[in-house]
Amino acid sequence: MKKVFSRPRSLRKVPFHYCPGCGHSIIHRLVAEVIDEMGLREITIGVPPAGCAVLAYFYFDFDMGESPHGRGTALATGLKRALPDRLVFTYQGDGDIAAIGTAETIHTANRGENITALFINNACYGMTGGQMAPTTLLGQNTTTSPGGREGLRDGYPIRLSEMLALTDGSAYIERTAVNSPVNIRKTKKAIAKGFKVQMDGLGFSLIEIVSPCPTNWRMSSHEACQWIEKEIIQYYPLGVIKDVTKRGQGC
Amino acid sequence: MRGNHVVAEAAIRAGCRFYFGYPITPQNETPEYMAAALSKLKDGVFIQAESELAAINMVIGGSMAGVRVMTSSSSPGISLKQEGISYLAALELPAVIVNMCRGGPGLGNIAPAQSDYFQATRGGGHGDYRNIVLAPSSCQELAELTMEAFDLADIYRIPVIILADGMLGQMMEPVEFPDHKNPKKLSPKDWALTGAKGRPGRVIRSLILDPVLEEEHNWKLMRKYERIQKKEVRYETFLLGDAKMAVVAFGTAARIAKGAVQKVREQGLKVGLLRPISLWPFPEKVLVELGKRVKLFFVFEMNMGQMVEDVRIALGRDGDIHFYGRPGGVVPTPLEISRIISSHYLRKRL
Amino acid sequence: MLINTIFSGFGGQGVLSMGYIFAYAAMSDGRNVTYLPSYGAEVRGGTANCTIVISDEEIASPVASSPEFVVVMNNPSLLRFQNVVQSGGIIFLNATMIDARPIRGDIELFEIPANDIAKELGNERVMNMVMLGFFIKKTGLVSREAVEKTLEDTFSPRGKTMVTLNKKAFMEGHNYD
Ligand SMILES: Cc1ncc(C[n+]2csc(CCOP(=O)(O)OP(=O)(O)O)c2C)c(N)n1
Ligand code: SF4
Repeated sequence: MKKVFSRPRSLRKVPFHYCPGCGHSIIHRLVAEVIDEMGLREITIGVPPAGCAVLAYFYFDFDMGESPHGRGTALATGLKRALPDRLVFTYQGDGDIAAIGTAETIHTANRGENITALFINNACYGMTGGQMAPTTLLGQNTTTSPGGREGLRDGYPIRLSEMLALTDGSAYIERTAVNSPVNIRKTKKAIAKGFKVQMDGLGFSLIEIVSPCPTNWRMSSHEACQWIEKEIIQYYPLGVIKDVTKRGQGC
Repeated sequence: MRGNHVVAEAAIRAGCRFYFGYPITPQNETPEYMAAALSKLKDGVFIQAESELAAINMVIGGSMAGVRVMTSSSSPGISLKQEGISYLAALELPAVIVNMCRGGPGLGNIAPAQSDYFQATRGGGHGDYRNIVLAPSSCQELAELTMEAFDLADIYRIPVIILADGMLGQMMEPVEFPDHKNPKKLSPKDWALTGAKGRPGRVIRSLILDPVLEEEHNWKLMRKYERIQKKEVRYETFLLGDAKMAVVAFGTAARIAKGAVQKVREQGLKVGLLRPISLWPFPEKVLVELGKRVKLFFVFEMNMGQMVEDVRIALGRDGDIHFYGRPGGVVPTPLEISRIISSHYLRKRL
Repeated sequence: MLINTIFSGFGGQGVLSMGYIFAYAAMSDGRNVTYLPSYGAEVRGGTANCTIVISDEEIASPVASSPEFVVVMNNPSLLRFQNVVQSGGIIFLNATMIDARPIRGDIELFEIPANDIAKELGNERVMNMVMLGFFIKKTGLVSREAVEKTLEDTFSPRGKTMVTLNKKAFMEGHNYD
């Protein structure tokens, strides 16, 4: 019998601790599949964040080095400079990459560091209990934006990917989502593309993945996926934002 | 009321309208309370900063403008704030910083710990400076000391640190908030940057290139620290009158130690408790006095032995000082501590 | 008099609110009280517990060495806490969810099928109030009136039906024998 669904080599045999319906579980799996399919497991070094995915090193069966909150891209810079032929990627939440680590992220992109950042946008701080994230939508209720986020008081939802596309060092930037089978397939392709750009030595790549956090959104998994379609994607359109491998694209 | 909420409410009652912070467990209920409460006040400002580095710099700005301002965090975040705290000390700016300490080093965990004692009492950042450090041991004291912290900060123009831990932050106890009256000796903030309307411009800076002048600034700070050491020592004693053995503990550890002391008293052992409330200034003189009649000391901390060094400095060679510590976020029970106390006591044949 | 109680169960079984309501009622009765919840990672998915100390005097330690009473809502809680109960102490056990029984002979055991009773009331989630009613009746630690008042204060923001339902569940537990 042909096996159609099995555990990727790069994933350990332990159940995920993530909440039911959480996008992290799906994304972990995609990352592991891509790394296996590209045959990169033995040269991969991953950098997990402080965030719900801090325990990613329990699941991925390749080298992982934990980063202080937000400093992932800086840490990855050190790794990559020391080991230029490895695949180095960071796995960061929106708070990690777009709030506390904004400075590191922008400067890593600007230096054209040859690493890949996986930026999981779940519009909130998952691990600490659902506070406002830089990506929280206007009007969205969180525990630190009670009554809804207000632009002039709490700041506007930030479009980090578009900002990073402006740096000359960034090579490939795409926004995807994991709320439907079609989008999940596209996410997998995007991750593969990001890793390929890195292995070809073209510069900084980043895949922003819009991901459900049913727990803190106080929704069922199904509602969360619909909310991504109806609300988040309207503000954060999906697609390739910058691609230096295609002439004439990008900004 | 939950400890983390008590801190927030006490700050607001003490006139604090500016809060800057970044989420970290186990203190998230403080910013959450502040976000809700300050948005209801006309003059309230709450900002969730993009990092603790940003938050503490916002605190510096608010303090320069002369307002009462607070930030709160837990161990890893407090480490990030150290740069800013050093600037607050150098610039002689008042501010209140709450640390709901958790297990470390590194990311550690979110369980209650006392491992940031050195960091808080020695300054913590770069340069030669001190913070006033207050260590509450109940929700009631969390309320009182938070309010007092704002007054002390303004009186001495100094950062004041509330050093508690995750347990105090999460625990609930009934609390009565005292009426807050600004102390009389509070002078107007004639140093604050408010716009040079009808007066020469003011400068608040810490860059002093001439070493002799920088030294002078250091001595000036030092004289202030000596005044604080004379006037602001706070501590509690429990059953020390006839004690032959003294337990020394602060914060949550002191609550557990108090329970342990009650237990060994039931067995007829003459043991009492000294609880430093101000960790800096440390109640050194009290210890020296106590050392004249008590020869056996037992220090208990939820770390690997930090305050015990201050006890040793105070007592010198006088007295037999034992230490027991549970680092990493482990909270021992009163029974565990009482057994250790009685074994020391009995071995010494007191 | 100093009484330590631990409430323990799955995250979703409402053990923290059980303890909270008990603590709050004790406070309304004019007692000194501390409420110490387990928090954070421990709560997500795993077991949650809280320690309540009530006393007529000032409470030294909010951490209990060996509690007089332990309320267990699920199997892991029984395993974890059956050995810490004081000799002569009491375990309150949710018989719907727990198959095992404590093996110690020096403690007392009170059982109640809390989930079953709650189901009969039409909402399994109020099993915590059923258990609380049972616990309060057997221990007499706080007055029934104080608990009822607390239930009103706690649940009225969530509507009248919530108040009625929780009070009813509490009384079912209270009257159970
Ligand atoms: C210096 C520092 N500040 C705060 C924290 C607490 N903290 C841990 S994860 C996190 C944010 C998590 O949100 P996000 O990055 O969006 O990831 P998610 O959990 O949603 O996947 C915070 C604030 C920390 N670990 N270190
Ligand atoms: S809190 Fe949100 S992001 Fe974290 S594991 Fe749960 S669903 Fe996922």
